[in-house]
Amino acid sequence: MRYLDEYRDSKLVLHLVNEIKRSISQNWVIMEICGGQTHSIMKYGLDQILPEEIELVHGPGCPVCVTSLEMIDKAHAVASMPEVIFTSYGDMLRVPGSHGDLFSIKASGKDIRVVYSSLDAVNIAQANPDKQVVFFAIGFETTAPANAMSVLQAQQLGLKNFSILTSQVRVPPAMKAILASSNNRVQGFLAAGHVCTVMGFWEYFPISNKYKVPIVVTGFEPVDILQGILLVICELEHKTHQVINAYSRVVNFEGNKPAQKIIEQVFTECDQKWRGIGKIAKSGWKLKSEFKDYDAEVRFQIHGIQPIESPLCLSGQILQGMIKPIECPVFANQCTPEHPLGATMVSSEGTCAAYYRYGRSL
Amino acid sequence: MCLAVPGKITDIYVSNGLLMGKIDFGGVVREACLTYVPEAKLGDYTIIHVGFALNLIDEKEAFETLALLDEISKQDLLE
Amino acid sequence: MTDPMISFEGATCPLPFNHNDLIVLGHGSGGRMSFDLIRKVFLPSFANPILNTGDDAGLISLPQSENNLNPRIAISTDSHVVTPLFFPGGDIGRLAICGTVNDVCMLGANPLWMTVGFILEEGLKVDILYKVVESMHAAAVEANIQVIAGDTKVVQNGKADGLYINTTGFGIVPSGVNISGTRAKPGDSVIVSGTIGDHGISVLAARGELNFETEIISDVAPLNGLVAAMLDVTKDLHVLRDPTRGGLATSLNEIAIQSEVGIIIHEENIPVKPAVKAACEMLGFDPLYVANEGKLIVIVEKYNAESVLAAMKKHPLGKDAVIIGSITDKPEILVTMKSTYGTTRIIDMLSGEMLPRIC
Repeated sequence: MRYLDEYRDSKLVLHLVNEIKRSISQNWVIMEICGGQTHSIMKYGLDQILPEEIELVHGPGCPVCVTSLEMIDKAHAVASMPEVIFTSYGDMLRVPGSHGDLFSIKASGKDIRVVYSSLDAVNIAQANPDKQVVFFAIGFETTAPANAMSVLQAQQLGLKNFSILTSQVRVPPAMKAILASSNNRVQGFLAAGHVCTVMGFWEYFPISNKYKVPIVVTGFEPVDILQGILLVICELEHKTHQVINAYSRVVNFEGNKPAQKIIEQVFTECDQKWRGIGKIAKSGWKLKSEFKDYDAEVRFQIHGIQPIESPLCLSGQILQGMIKPIECPVFANQCTPEHPLGATMVSSEGTCAAYYRYGRSL
Repeated sequence: MCLAVPGKITDIYVSNGLLMGKIDFGGVVREACLTYVPEAKLGDYTIIHVGFALNLIDEKEAFETLALLDEISKQDLLE
Repeated sequence: MTDPMISFEGATCPLPFNHNDLIVLGHGSGGRMSFDLIRKVFLPSFANPILNTGDDAGLISLPQSENNLNPRIAISTDSHVVTPLFFPGGDIGRLAICGTVNDVCMLGANPLWMTVGFILEEGLKVDILYKVVESMHAAAVEANIQVIAGDTKVVQNGKADGLYINTTGFGIVPSGVNISGTRAKPGDSVIVSGTIGDHGISVLAARGELNFETEIISDVAPLNGLVAAMLDVTKDLHVLRDPTRGGLATSLNEIAIQSEVGIIIHEENIPVKPAVKAACEMLGFDPLYVANEGKLIVIVEKYNAESVLAAMKKHPLGKDAVIIGSITDKPEILVTMKSTYGTTRIIDMLSGEMLPRIC
């Protein structure tokens, strides 16, 4: 496949690893904030071939994992209502709320449908005028343009039975929160390539200047990730902290302007609760008040949600890179993909799931 | 996040007021929304995330990156 | 206003309408309509002396085994509930015949007889039933198997996705053949008969929920001919498994658990069609977990591997066969895969359903 296979070439991978080994002289801690990059690192075993001096830490880059428990419970409450067709990206179906998951609600007879695209949810609303269709609009900046478009399209089609439940999160505030934490060990970042495809990478300059950390915009294939790591290492070894774009085939400085325009039209900044971490100021987007007709929280007036997190789940510490899954006492015994206690084990991008699937006893 | 896959644009049209296209991923074809890449032309490569094109792939940049990586490989072979 | 207490459970059709084009509840009642359905739709496709006697059960005589020991019979049963009923490369009927033929021949048995039970939904077009049954006939001929007993039930509209089929197959295991998931030994070679993921992707595309098109067709096929060709090379095949739901990865895990061994496979050797790979990339699936209906895994002694492989490649259903790995003596880590970069990762069983992801 073009633009994929070249970036998986094994010779290139090995050359890059050798170059990293030649460039490194001391221990460094590097974080990626992108579930897709975590998945790639674990799937291809890149952490096995990197020099020991590099500690790769996985940040809160999985939107499934960081969607607040309260929001999951709200989603479950709406999905359980009669006359609702609840539509969602596939990842969310297994995420445990305080009581069960969407799968178990589906099993009890409710209409829950996986969609690949937000526009498929709009089509379902058009085809079922006598039902309420709710779309679970989760994601980072990468998915925001798609989620926003569903609202505009529903408005354009004059649909009265479509609404979205929004949980949009943003990377730069999370990065700042991690760097500002007194426990922080992260010395360099791989920035999420597809987030930057939408937003550009201009936002990272103030962060790297303030905290003196190099930030490299990185793609997802093994060659991309190793190139990103190499560039971060070179910066660290030279004691510089530039922002570098290593994913230039799809990312440019300003990002995708038409997409940003639509995001600004539909969403407004808000504080956001990150599951396992807590509230991060101005780290989310919510629907603007002029779109309240499409806001499922307004339409369904869900109250009395009392989220109950498993006391055993240490997702929060894992999402901040403070511990690894294998350091969690319930990892791979009480908490497995079949019986997940927290979101990081459920999502295929979740750090715990990635470790469980790919690396648990190697 | 975020799963976005490169594909080739094989058709462009308007549907329900949105600029849409057919994307060929190499034996699999799916419709995607091209509203965010209005400059797209037939034959362009784009990356698709949840049924939306996020950006066109810059062939020149891709070529330059691979050339750079090639340099690193040559250096490595010399070491 | 309709009386809320009335029930349709005991209703029979009072008038002898000829319901030729739609299945109605009467077709499952066991009376004239059922008899006509069997005579008009099932018998033309499944006719054979055993079935034609029309008794409640099919009567078979077991052949004398070569060494006068009691013949060993392999029996397998399966229920088929696939939607859509028709998909590129096959249909529920072909799937039903091939699925059970394959399960039986995974013990090295020659599948000879089959029973078929239909659960038909009221309102199903008889035309569709004809097509399914004709397809089953074609598959049975291909597999050289006879349908010797059958049953039909009809359920109310809304209760069977059109139709469900249950099949039970019987075969005789030749003497000297001992194939079982418990027989994998450290050092053995692991071979797969062809490309993985074709069936799962083609059915997913046909279902239409994810709105993608592909040229991939299901690989559904009866494997007994291929197995016979392999047994001609050596009777000492250790394990045969057809990796259906859950894919290659799940089957390998099952075998590793049964045999208490480890298995290592090499990523660069796993055969995947480019379009299957593309579909999996788009949806975030792993081809290792996608269903197959016309492929098998065989595990043999290393010194037999090349000759078994050569025999497979000569057969139309094994032309893409390849050695993908070997059995290790490390059962504690079950199944692992070595990448082209020399890194290793654990290959677990499929956990729950595979769902398209955004991350």
